[in-house]
Amino acid sequence: MPDTSPPFLEARGLAKRFPGVRALDGVDLDVGRGEVVAVIGENGAGKSTLMKILAGVQTPDAGEIRVEGHPVTIDSVRAAEALGIALIHQELNLCDNLDVGANLFLGREPRRGAFVDGARIEKDAAALLERVGLDVLPGTIVSELSIGRQQMVEIAKALSTDARLLIMDEPTSSLSQRETKHLFRVIRDLKARGVSVVYISHRLGEVKEVADRVVVLRDGRNSGGLAKGEIGHGAMVKLMVGRELTQLFPHEARSPGSAALEVVGLRTPVHPRHEISFTLCAGEIVGVAGLVGSGRSELLAALFGVERAAGGSMRVEGRSVVFRRPLDAIRAGVALVPEDRKAQGLFLEMAVRENLSIAWIRDRGTFVDPAAEGAMAGAAIAQLRIKTPHDLQLALFLSGGNQQKLVLGKWLAMNPRVLLLDEPTRGVDVGAKQEIYRLMDEFAARGVAILFVSSDLEEILGMSDRALVMHQGRIAGEVPRAGLSEESVMLLATGSAA
Amino acid sequence: MKKTWGVLGILLFVIALTAILNPRFLGDKNLLTTLRWSSLYAIISIGAAFVIITGGVDLSIGSVVGLSGTLLALLLEKGTPVGLAIAIVLVLSAAIGFAHGLLVTKMRLQPFIVTLCGLLIYRGVARVITDDQSQGFGNSYPRLHALVEPVGILGAAIPVPFLIMAAIAIAASIFLNRTVWGRYLFALGRNEQAARYSGINTHAISIMAYVVCALLSGWGGILMALDVNSIQPAQFGNFYELYAIAAAVLGGCSLRGGEGSILGVVIGSAVMRVLYNAINILGIPNTWEFVIIGLVLLGGVVTDELVRRWAARRRAAREAEEPLLKG
Repeated sequence: MPDTSPPFLEARGLAKRFPGVRALDGVDLDVGRGEVVAVIGENGAGKSTLMKILAGVQTPDAGEIRVEGHPVTIDSVRAAEALGIALIHQELNLCDNLDVGANLFLGREPRRGAFVDGARIEKDAAALLERVGLDVLPGTIVSELSIGRQQMVEIAKALSTDARLLIMDEPTSSLSQRETKHLFRVIRDLKARGVSVVYISHRLGEVKEVADRVVVLRDGRNSGGLAKGEIGHGAMVKLMVGRELTQLFPHEARSPGSAALEVVGLRTPVHPRHEISFTLCAGEIVGVAGLVGSGRSELLAALFGVERAAGGSMRVEGRSVVFRRPLDAIRAGVALVPEDRKAQGLFLEMAVRENLSIAWIRDRGTFVDPAAEGAMAGAAIAQLRIKTPHDLQLALFLSGGNQQKLVLGKWLAMNPRVLLLDEPTRGVDVGAKQEIYRLMDEFAARGVAILFVSSDLEEILGMSDRALVMHQGRIAGEVPRAGLSEESVMLLATGSAA
Repeated sequence: MKKTWGVLGILLFVIALTAILNPRFLGDKNLLTTLRWSSLYAIISIGAAFVIITGGVDLSIGSVVGLSGTLLALLLEKGTPVGLAIAIVLVLSAAIGFAHGLLVTKMRLQPFIVTLCGLLIYRGVARVITDDQSQGFGNSYPRLHALVEPVGILGAAIPVPFLIMAAIAIAASIFLNRTVWGRYLFALGRNEQAARYSGINTHAISIMAYVVCALLSGWGGILMALDVNSIQPAQFGNFYELYAIAAAVLGGCSLRGGEGSILGVVIGSAVMRVLYNAINILGIPNTWEFVIIGLVLLGGVVTDELVRRWAARRRAAREAEEPLLKG
């Protein structure tokens, strides 16, 4: 009998806006019964938003979703579950203090009178665990399982709700190779039973292995699709990138000065087996590209003494240094603008002035001189063009871009020799982005060596004198300014380059 | 600053109400006692405020008060010179605070647990070293007792504990508001991670706060012991940590950390003491003491929370009218 029935899921024209960002701008997605569809795209292409909409975590502003041909509204996770759609988060959603059986039936425990029916849980759990090939007892506490096994529990939990479409968001990001192989076996098995899978991953090698079809997103739109036979690294990267450079980058290439930061064989606690070596010169801007989880933030954390390095050596302007805490790095002339400005960079309920002076006051004697402090803050506000009614305003009330300038302004008076920036323009609008780029260029012009991590490829291409591309904890390659292109960076970042 | 006005309002209200209902409240002797004990409470409450501003808590204050008072009496009875005895008590108090700080920072234990254990241990030690026998100073040590007597200043009798408290409060206030370390203390309480990323030695600052707290508890314990002159090791100082925390919170400290003013804490301590005094002087059965103090405290924090929400709503409404700020 020819299959004329509609695909399990059809989504048409899905759109979702967040303040200042068009996350999805008319995306289509079809998933057939028992089909494995990989959704790929750069950071920020809209993958996560799409998945959240399908799973009922967020509701779309526009668009239509059909399940088995019937128009549906998915306005809650419960509604998605009722339709047979389950999302398996990148961060697992298990209560790791409870045992496997309790997790599988959390919130819908079989009961006998007022009591939980433990015997039934045990029996049903065993059957579910067998379906995912997991050889553990239902009474095992979840925290005692490896991440890979916890993920299997999560899949089993989804199956227990009769899920017919599993959405997996970066399922292998913390799995070992063996665990990944097992996951793929389970996916093939699910497929054979008619369960559909939407598989989101940055790892193109895995996509090639597991997907029946690839859907590529770029800037919140469909940029293309690949059928099984067409799936290849080159084809995927080509569809993921290829944007026009739409922004002005003020950076001018300069001849770099003497070595400001030399890193030899540095090993971070997260990737202790991978050695990282590079040199950063005065007046140079070096971008660090790579996908989420490739070890970029961990590198900066080690360079600033937030996390002690597991090994290796560092020199700042020729002097050997060991950073046990950020204070050591600051004293050596290294400054960091951290990734999460609200959690790591700012004192939101303190004044603009106090945020700017917090590092500077250290060497100013026992008493804080309000006049000198005000002058220092005033100079930073003027130079960085921070928009604030007065310097006693709480940092809380500033816009994202001005908050970011505040974090940068903290280091202005410290005359850093090396400036580390982690996602310096995340969550700021285009105007503020340009100002931050201009400030980076000004720092470089004064001979500061700049190392910046960014998930925004345009930024890497526009601002870097050269780029270091990280992949799975190591530097996969270095691209000089002349050779910088989206393709060259993405090939290294996805581990596709030979 | 707004909170300081609030707690001052509560204080004046309670004073006015009590004075109207029983004019004996304003009698010289009663006023002196109330002022003296308000000051003694304030000394330990200022210590509590230091720890609370870091985002921590110290539940061992009452037991440190008990131990230091008991130990002082015991040392003097054994013939230890007065100066040496006081020094021993203060050094021991500082060491207790240092231990709390180390356990909280280096071992990453929760302040609540660390100081709860302290509460039990120091109380127990006080009872063990005295074999649970009550201690006292009798009529000896007149110079020591002068620490809790009134002195005549410009014709008025001022209790010495008030002068000591005022000196401590001024020093603490200058420290918190004018020095780099005070700034760090607030920054640490607001956002510990950002403080570390800004190069602040967060461990050293935390430890300092616990040392200040224990030291002031020890010093407060010495003065209180001299005042009561008869010390029951099992009871002396019981619940004082809760009075101190209550006074600090009434005075504007948030248990979330990063907030607080010394003046507010001093006034908060006075509220605690005046309430206690009012219950006695108005002839309310003292079985009601905890009920009334608890209700006033609860009323204070509920009002504070309501004001905070009202302000946030007003701010949200104002922002909704403005276009989204960018850049």
